[in-house]
Amino acid sequence: MSLTSSSLVAAADLAIAAIQGAKDLEELKAVRIEHIGDRSDLAKANQSLATLPKEDRAEFGKIIGVERARVNTVYAAREVELEIERDRRILEEERVDVTLPGRRTSLGGLHPLTILTNEISDLFLGMGYQVEEGPELESEWLNFDALNMPVDHPARTMQDTFFVEPLTARLVLRTHTSPVQVRTMLRQAPPIYIICPGRTYRADELDATHTPVFGQVEGLVVDRGITMADLKGTLDHFAQAMFGPEVKTRLRPSFFPFTEPSAEVDFFFQGRWIEWGGCGMVNPKVLHAAGIDTQEFSGFAFGMGLERTLMVRHGISDMHDIVEGDLRFTRQFGTGLV
Amino acid sequence: MKIPLSWLREFTPVPSDISTTDLESAFVNVGFEIESIDVVGTDLIGPLVVAQVKSIEQLEGLKKPIRYVGLDCGEGEVRFVICGATNFSVDDLVVAALPGAILPGDFAISARETYGKTSNGMICSAKELRISEDHAGIIVLAPGSASVGEDAISLLQIKDVIIDVSILADRGYALSARGLARELAASLGLPYADPAQSVLASKYAIGSAGVQAIIEDPTAVSVIYLRTITGFNTSAPTPIWMRRRIEKCGMRSISLAVDVTNYVMLELGQPLHAFDRDKIEGSLHIRRAGSDQSLVTLDGQTRKLNPDDLMVADDKSPLALAGTMGGANSEISERTNSLVIEAARFDPISVAKNSRRHKLSSEASRRFERAVDPSLAELSSARAVDLLIEFGGATHLSSAKAGEPKYAPIVEIDPHYASVLLGTEISLATVESKLTIVGCDIEKISDTVWRIDPPSWRHDLSAPADFVEEVARLVGFDAIPSRLPIGKQGARLSPTQQRRRAVSTSLANQGYTEVMSSPFVSPEQMQTLGFVGDRAKAFKLANPMSEDFPLLRTHLLPGMLTTLQRNLARGAKDVSIFEVGSVFRNTTELPVAADISTATRPSDSQLAAIYANVPYQPTQIAGVVAANAELAGWWGSGRKFDWSDAVAAARRIIEETGNTATIQASDFAPWHTGRCAELLVAGKAVAHAGELHPRVISALNLPDRTCAFVVLLSELPFHEVTRAAPVFSMPAALQDISLIVSAEVSSEAVIAALKSGAGELLESITLFDRYDQLGDGKVSLAFNLTFRAPDRTLTAAEVSAFREAAGAAAAAAVGATIRS
Repeated sequence: MSLTSSSLVAAADLAIAAIQGAKDLEELKAVRIEHIGDRSDLAKANQSLATLPKEDRAEFGKIIGVERARVNTVYAAREVELEIERDRRILEEERVDVTLPGRRTSLGGLHPLTILTNEISDLFLGMGYQVEEGPELESEWLNFDALNMPVDHPARTMQDTFFVEPLTARLVLRTHTSPVQVRTMLRQAPPIYIICPGRTYRADELDATHTPVFGQVEGLVVDRGITMADLKGTLDHFAQAMFGPEVKTRLRPSFFPFTEPSAEVDFFFQGRWIEWGGCGMVNPKVLHAAGIDTQEFSGFAFGMGLERTLMVRHGISDMHDIVEGDLRFTRQFGTGLV
Repeated sequence: MKIPLSWLREFTPVPSDISTTDLESAFVNVGFEIESIDVVGTDLIGPLVVAQVKSIEQLEGLKKPIRYVGLDCGEGEVRFVICGATNFSVDDLVVAALPGAILPGDFAISARETYGKTSNGMICSAKELRISEDHAGIIVLAPGSASVGEDAISLLQIKDVIIDVSILADRGYALSARGLARELAASLGLPYADPAQSVLASKYAIGSAGVQAIIEDPTAVSVIYLRTITGFNTSAPTPIWMRRRIEKCGMRSISLAVDVTNYVMLELGQPLHAFDRDKIEGSLHIRRAGSDQSLVTLDGQTRKLNPDDLMVADDKSPLALAGTMGGANSEISERTNSLVIEAARFDPISVAKNSRRHKLSSEASRRFERAVDPSLAELSSARAVDLLIEFGGATHLSSAKAGEPKYAPIVEIDPHYASVLLGTEISLATVESKLTIVGCDIEKISDTVWRIDPPSWRHDLSAPADFVEEVARLVGFDAIPSRLPIGKQGARLSPTQQRRRAVSTSLANQGYTEVMSSPFVSPEQMQTLGFVGDRAKAFKLANPMSEDFPLLRTHLLPGMLTTLQRNLARGAKDVSIFEVGSVFRNTTELPVAADISTATRPSDSQLAAIYANVPYQPTQIAGVVAANAELAGWWGSGRKFDWSDAVAAARRIIEETGNTATIQASDFAPWHTGRCAELLVAGKAVAHAGELHPRVISALNLPDRTCAFVVLLSELPFHEVTRAAPVFSMPAALQDISLIVSAEVSSEAVIAALKSGAGELLESITLFDRYDQLGDGKVSLAFNLTFRAPDRTLTAAEVSAFREAAGAAAAAAVGATIRS
């Protein structure tokens, strides 16, 4: 190629036309080799500058530079265009039906009684209560005697208790979580603020509202100046946390050997009074058995069935659903997140 | 206890327009639960009249006896009705429903043609009138007890309100009209007349003519009265009002003598027993059974006696299980005209034991167990004699008495204690008035010391708190304000509780669903699972719900496998379940528990003995899986959960608690003997995982390759605060090593050997390939080794040397050859 200004411009024009004619990055690559690469006319012209007379070098060098820059600019722009074009095509080709069910593992869940126990524990932890637990196979002394229920107390036959052989060992499946209260009082000096959730046992046949193995949560407070008003306030707070802020409670006089005065606690929910549990001021005899000075300390205690709480709160009509472990029932509750 | 409102009204003027709701609240407010309130007789509309049978014509040629009966209903002319009953004769007084009457069940009476006759009404049975369950025949009224044509609805007191009150263990006195009327009056603020106070006992003098009482065991009875009467008219009927009250209380009318004892019991609360005087040899003794062998009780059963049973006996033989049930040998009969009425204040515990040992709960034992008012022995026996004289034409011969009534002691209280315990101001005037209503006598020593003499029927009032309860229930718990106490600072879940919650939630998030299976298992389940050793040592329940499941679980799997079966039977395909719970193993000698007083805190050694008596109950967390580890779907087939997933799950639980497990092969039941891993922490086995034994799977009809893992959660150690190791940023150097070992060598052993040889700069080791097709009992294992130095980039020569050393260690320890 002769090194003239017009031939350089023509070569650049030719290159630009080729760049703009490239339909994809492949063609663009071929165009680059032909029109921009080392063997392109403009590159060769640049290489031949050295052969020019010294006085012409600057002029032609400048022209070559300008033309190459013009070509490169167009090239860069075209390359971006074609890359966008290519990406758009690939993304389109890779389009899927995102509504297809995803690959996932099965969802599991916690048992609703566990979820409820966790929720109650958290509620009372926030109120400054420790969560205490104890053995399910328990000494009769802790389950009955220490709670003002001596061997021949009629209340002891009222509760159909599971006894374990040999009877001389005096072991029972605990009929309530109260022995945990006793253990705590024997271990720890007041003030005591605890709840005792756990599994309990009574010889009731399984039916829509009973089960021989059931859950309970009991509460115990022993401190200076504890009154029945404190018990009522605590029950109100508990009931509202379980059943909603508008829930009302009422106490009805009752009888338990371990509390005096004793009461049944009901709550008003969806238009009716529902029995919830028992409560009262800890009988001084129980405090004596634990070595607590009743001149200085008084206390209250309460106990509720977890199943009943669950059934009312979640509209469960049949105890079998809670007991049988059918996954279709349990999975409705997830892990208890709300 | 069932009680008619009409009876309570005899002692307290309950307003005639009181609603059932208000009636229920009145009892509930003072601590009595209501089982039911029945307004009876509203579905019965007259005319219902007393009629006299004038003629009876037996209709012939019918399959059952049918009578055509002429009745005088006081209408001037005889009315004829058809009747299918046969328990009446001419001149008997019966109850007839006349046309226009409507009997319960919307049964309208009209004149109708039947058996070829016109029946102009109906002769009624007690059941048809719904006044008792007695359907032995139609009602026959005693001669002279009613007049012909009289309105039978009013005569039979059919319209009434029957209240069924449940009576708590400390409220024995309320098992009577006397006690319930007292409570109702107190609740409604009405006056109350105590029926016991209108009995005049002194007119029946104590003497030696009648049968005498001898208390041989003074712990068993405090006071007993025996009243001997003679000349009792055996054919005297029970007055209708008495009979009706007995029936309304849910008991049956039997004969005047028996009815009187029951009536007085229902009225006052004192169980009475009537003996046939002619069947008593000598005196009546209150004593233990001792060497007595047996007694036939009134229900016809032969009771084998326990030496400790409390008995009423004559000079020769036992006559009654005291306070529980009479004996057949001294039972009054239709010919008994000389009676001994016994009223005693038996020891509640002795009667409770009688009742429990013989599984015999009677109206009497229910009352004695709850303690009877000791003043009633004298009064109720006198009341019974009054009635036997009035209605049975009897004569009092003589009375006998032994022992003295024992009353609850006087208690000193500070009346301010009510305000202190209830958390609200209760004035001393209120305390006084409420305790007076309860029946207490108060002697005010000072403003802070009151001496309270509890009423004879309230043996339960013995401590200051008991009196506060009485004040509280009569003031009403609604008067107590609601106040939320502040607990203690720093409450938090214990490490054990946090751990249980964390691993449970983790399993749930991995797809497992928590179950709470039955802890009661059968010997067959234990056998099927092949439990031996400690896991075969189950506690046996003395009184299981079902004889088939008498054992307490020693392991979570039996119950969980039952839950798995249940889900499969209901059509579930993928089941992954877990459970956390206590297990019970009868592995230690159980000592005989000592009797320990509760009057004060037990001594430290007594407490230690109590605690030591309770067996250790470890907590297990277990999973059972018959499911895919990766689900099948539109993307292709899934992957079944297999033994290695089970091992990984157990290991993960251990690692989530901050522990590290080593693994070894095990042949622990109920797992597959070649696919069971034992996981150890600090050298102690804490978990087993793998595939279940094929025999277990087929015996329980479970899906093939069902897997399980069990971790002893309570055995996993806790840790101190973590000391953080530094993280190095120098580049890691990677080396692969491929080893050929005998197939019996566990990968765990190979890894241990590589680790021991690779040196301190080994950061991690991963088994990335296992090839078992080499033959000759060999397998190839390939590992990635990652090395890193804290302070420099490792050279190729260095890491190559580490790799060589690791290989050499594996060669030495497990006979590995390095694959080139």
